[in-house]
Amino acid sequence: MGLRDWLGLRHELPQRRRLVLTVLSFVLPLAVWSIISYVPWIWHPLIRVTDPGGVDYFMNGMEIDRAAFARESANAVKAGLKAPQGYRVNPVYIQPPHAVARAFYTAFTSPPLLPTEPWLYQSLGHSIRTIFWGFVASSILGVPLGILCGTYRFFAKLQEPFIEFFRYLPAPAFGALCVAIMGIDDPPKIAIIFIGTFFQQVLVIGNTVRKVDPALIEAAQTLGAKGWRLLVNVVIPATIADIYTDMRILLGWAWTYLIVAEIVGTMSGITYFIYQQARYRHYDNVYAAIGMIGVIGLTTDMTLAWLGTVLFPWKRRARKATRPEHKALPAVLADTLEKESSPPSSAAPTTNLAGESPRPLTAKA
Amino acid sequence: MSFTPLKLPDYHEQTVEVAARFRRIRERPVVLRVRDLHKTFGINGHGHVAFEKMSLDVHRREFICIIGPSGCGKSTFIRIVAGLEDSSGGEILIDGRPVSGPGPDRGMVFQGYTLFPWRTVKQNVMFGLKMRGQDTSTADAEARQWLDMVGLSKFEGAYPHELSGGMKQRVAIARALANEPRILLMDEPFGALDALTRCKMQSYLMQIWKKVDVTVLFITHDLEEACYLADRIVVMGTNPGRVLEVIENPMPRPRSTDQLISPEFLALKHRLDELIHSPSETEEKLHLIKLTQAGDEVE
Repeated sequence: MGLRDWLGLRHELPQRRRLVLTVLSFVLPLAVWSIISYVPWIWHPLIRVTDPGGVDYFMNGMEIDRAAFARESANAVKAGLKAPQGYRVNPVYIQPPHAVARAFYTAFTSPPLLPTEPWLYQSLGHSIRTIFWGFVASSILGVPLGILCGTYRFFAKLQEPFIEFFRYLPAPAFGALCVAIMGIDDPPKIAIIFIGTFFQQVLVIGNTVRKVDPALIEAAQTLGAKGWRLLVNVVIPATIADIYTDMRILLGWAWTYLIVAEIVGTMSGITYFIYQQARYRHYDNVYAAIGMIGVIGLTTDMTLAWLGTVLFPWKRRARKATRPEHKALPAVLADTLEKESSPPSSAAPTTNLAGESPRPLTAKA
Repeated sequence: MSFTPLKLPDYHEQTVEVAARFRRIRERPVVLRVRDLHKTFGINGHGHVAFEKMSLDVHRREFICIIGPSGCGKSTFIRIVAGLEDSSGGEILIDGRPVSGPGPDRGMVFQGYTLFPWRTVKQNVMFGLKMRGQDTSTADAEARQWLDMVGLSKFEGAYPHELSGGMKQRVAIARALANEPRILLMDEPFGALDALTRCKMQSYLMQIWKKVDVTVLFITHDLEEACYLADRIVVMGTNPGRVLEVIENPMPRPRSTDQLISPEFLALKHRLDELIHSPSETEEKLHLIKLTQAGDEVE
């Protein structure tokens, strides 16, 4: 197992190693975080006082800067008084992993401090609703417009120059305007997610549609397809799987607009929860809430990716079928050597009626 | 060492049977008539001639090969006939009616794989039928028949990427034929296949052509392919693209690969060779940097 097995240029990794690396990608940041949280001499810039000793303004449980503590301690000793005692701690905004892990559960189970405040699940539900409507509104307009722009020069020239300009205007900049027009509740938030998503969506989908292999369109034309039937029967099915992938990426962008959108007007949803918990200095809940956005995002994306392989079977199989072609040279050589040294393979190629051996249908298995 | 070149017959010589066959073909109606078709591209304001005025009559169930080196305009020609490109002038008539734009009366098989990846093999073959407004069950039954003809019934539910290159092209042929085109246009359909598959595909095509009432216009740059398949061979040259000669293939039918070493075949191939690798081109001075000093002692 040499270095080349792990780090060969474009070298495919076996599944076990891929899994190991995937786990490591989470374990490594977690390890750094744990070290900072649990190893007292790594950072821990404060001292929590356990015994004030001869320093009059020290109190039990007080957290004080290390340098100040050392100075006061030296002064006390010099004055012949008892030295204060304490241990090193991190500031409250650095929460250890176990506290955050616990908060992932307790944040859901603990009732809000004020009766007017929402529970965490209500906050999350509110955020998801905001994203959902913003994204749906954007997609209802953006997807058809993107397809038209990608298919007809007319629409591309009519729409894209303006959209190209407009997409540089940051969506949060419209916050004040949206509130003035739509009030302080959900509509302006949905509008900001719409503005943040829509213009990118039209351009991205337009570009995807433009990439349709012109040979497919020509083939369809020689088979008698024309006009809108060409659009419906060739352009859309040829790009639908790629449009779906675009939508997954765009949904990720929509999430990044969520926080600014929720600050606009009356603060709401998960953003309200995060700000409120920070105000109470419940930083474990703050980390947990931020983490939840990540978990929801990743889960949605993975679910949609899986759904994609169900909806577009030709894409799934195509990806699997092309994988062996990416084999790096050493692996191919190794295979050949293996074959030469081992007895002839018993796997006879399947032969169809015409006597031509097809490519083995490994992807089907 | 010296060698005696084979004494080859004149490629114009035809046996009585072959001559009779060509007479019969000429008596059949003309399916595709091309009159003074020509094409000029505008490149940086300069007109570049893709091919000069070209005329051709293709009779019903005739197999025509167009052969020529790259850049002779043969691909442009077939794309114009298919309606995928505009001509700069001239006429294309199918059964006597002028045509413009692509249509199902001119089926096409491309060099690249143009099966619809989101459709299964059978759904690909059904595409043209559905475009014609056939209902699903009729189209389904017809598609199965065509797949049976190209020997791919077992793969009707497979997606194109699961097939080998040769199988893909057989589906493409079935898909084009299912539309019952007046003429089947084939633009180097076997160009991307390996030599062995290519040979097999040529004999499939012969078998299919025997069973189906279809006229074929076939583009290739492979001399043997043209000799093996064609009734008539249209030889094109470059600079500017133009027809050099239209040759009646003296090889009798049915054809087999054994004929590839017959004197008639060699005579025909020799002639095609002469036309395509004309002295004017081979004698062109090449300004190459000399990389070796090997001189004449290579052997």
